[in-house]
Amino acid sequence: MSVLIFIDQSEGHVKKSSLEALTYGADVAKQLGTTAEGIVLGTVTEDLAALGKYGVSKIHQVSNAALNNVDAQVYASVISEAATTSGATVIVFSHNQTGKAVAARVAAKLKAGLVAGACALPNTSNGFSVKKTVFSGKAYAHVNILSAVKVISLNPNSYKTVATEGTAVVEALAVTVNEPKVKITAVNKITGEVPLTEADIVVSGGRGLKGPEHWGILLDLAKELGAATACSRPVGDAHWRPHHEHVGQTGVQVAPNLYIAIGISGAIQHLAGVNRSKVIVVINKDPEAPFFKAADYGIVGDAFEVVPQLTAAIQKMKAGA
Amino acid sequence: MKILVCVSKTPDTTSKIAFTDGNTKFDEAGVQWIINPYDEWYSLVRAIELKEANPAATIHLVTVGNADAEPIIRKALALGGDEAIRVNTDNSDAYYIAAQIAEVAKQGGYDLIFTGKETIDYNGSSIGGMVAELVDSPYISLATKFDLNGTTATVVREIDGGEETAEVALPVVVSCQKGMAEQRIPNMRGIMAARTKPLKVVEPIAVDALTSIQSFELPPAKAGVKLVAPDNVAELVRLLHEEAKAI
Ligand SMILES: Cc1cc2nc3c(=O)[nH]c(=O)nc-3n(C[C@H](O)[C@H](O)[C@H](O)COP(=O)(O)OP(=O)(O)OC[C@H]3O[C@@H](n4cnc5c(N)ncnc54)[C@H](O)[C@@H]3O)c2cc1C
Repeated sequence: MSVLIFIDQSEGHVKKSSLEALTYGADVAKQLGTTAEGIVLGTVTEDLAALGKYGVSKIHQVSNAALNNVDAQVYASVISEAATTSGATVIVFSHNQTGKAVAARVAAKLKAGLVAGACALPNTSNGFSVKKTVFSGKAYAHVNILSAVKVISLNPNSYKTVATEGTAVVEALAVTVNEPKVKITAVNKITGEVPLTEADIVVSGGRGLKGPEHWGILLDLAKELGAATACSRPVGDAHWRPHHEHVGQTGVQVAPNLYIAIGISGAIQHLAGVNRSKVIVVINKDPEAPFFKAADYGIVGDAFEVVPQLTAAIQKMKAGA
Repeated sequence: MKILVCVSKTPDTTSKIAFTDGNTKFDEAGVQWIINPYDEWYSLVRAIELKEANPAATIHLVTVGNADAEPIIRKALALGGDEAIRVNTDNSDAYYIAAQIAEVAKQGGYDLIFTGKETIDYNGSSIGGMVAELVDSPYISLATKFDLNGTTATVVREIDGGEETAEVALPVVVSCQKGMAEQRIPNMRGIMAARTKPLKVVEPIAVDALTSIQSFELPPAKAGVKLVAPDNVAELVRLLHEEAKAI
């Protein structure tokens, strides 16, 4: 019995959402009185032993360059084999793009119950029940896993990373790596941008900004805050901003520490994707905008005036004035 | 070519989310049901476009659900598709549902299986991956573009922080999202035709459900907004820094 955590990496670097998964998995192991181990696939440049500080005692590494691109089928077979040989009874993923595809395949392969989108530690007082978000963030469900082996994928930004002392033993794992059936012909990573689902701060714009040519004020604010940028659906639909920035019920669901909504009315479908944000700030010229009901802080005012002032005020604060 | 499109019934996006029976059941009172938007706008429409380009193709729809799902199946058939299969069960465990779809898939021998990126009620994003595993096919998740050249598909999909272009030989399972296609509205001809399209009801195969929902919970209500005057943004910065500790 042990907990196995899948460590997702991109270009050799461990993703922030995986550090959350590691902390979470280590806490699950503590709860169950067992050990936590990690598994990482592909070539990694980072010091893996140092990941021990998140609470894992061992890291299985399959440093096969063929695994540098994620192929859900190949990944699932490698991780399932590792889980079986290491005797893992709980397998933890981040519910990010990789985790969504791979956790599902692993669960089906091992006939293991899956809770996808978990947001809290399991409750083991009576069975094994995991809290997850449902109805696009409008509610939670407590889901019992009935099978012996359990798979959990953890929502990004919903479990705090805790680093303490410790180093992990890194061990090369000999497993079968099949030839992928999917051939990757091009990868296009947007560099220099904070990935939306991992961002601590998200600055988001709506139709109130009137056109793509006005996005500069929003980008300046985001830059000042080290924030990721997002938008409402009509903005994505009108191609003012790229598709992947569209948040909401039918877009990306985010749960940052701080969500700043500029010129967004706060339609129910928009709120569904952002209402798990810890702090919500709304800037809107209409005092009746529904978004104010879901906000913690608000300014009723013209975005074109307020936003540049806000950027300047933050700059000033940072400068210690 | 045979395409299987998975469609699911979900509450309308404006539905009030509430629970009954001691928070163990979703309160369906007054809820309008729709086709899960990802299934309707992206997978189904893209499948229809593929059939328009290749009229020899057939499209089957599959829903795992009880008879309440039939109106949304008819609506889906009004958009397009040749026939529908409903697997008659209420079970909501992802593995149970995926096993039913995999069974339909094995019986029908499909070249292409489309699912939506996720359902907007349970947000699992897991059916496509599970079906792919159960039928032993490759899986392309979160696809934003899909093109066919003979029996080879070229797909663009979202990855963390970007996108990836991939090539894969059929059969394949694909989960679809924004970018795949544009939403369509069913026309009168489609609605009339849908009435007589076959809708087969099959009983589920025996599979163990691996999860069950114990209860639901609503998030705590917000305390209320603190408004700051537009000419006093410094105060907002102070609040965010000192009170909310968010910056
Ligand atoms: C099935 C379905 C799914 C949907 N899914 C999503 C989704 O995932 N995400 C999503 O966002 N939407 C979604 N929508 C659309 C949603 O209903 C709204 O139409 C949309 O969110 C509105 O976008 P908006 O707030 O940018 O624009 P609007 O509603 O037009 O709001 C613009 C706001 O800007 C304010 N404004 C104007 N000028 C200024 C100014 N100078 N300064 C400050 N404020 C200003 C206005 O007061 C207004 O409140 C969905 C709809 C449906 C039916």
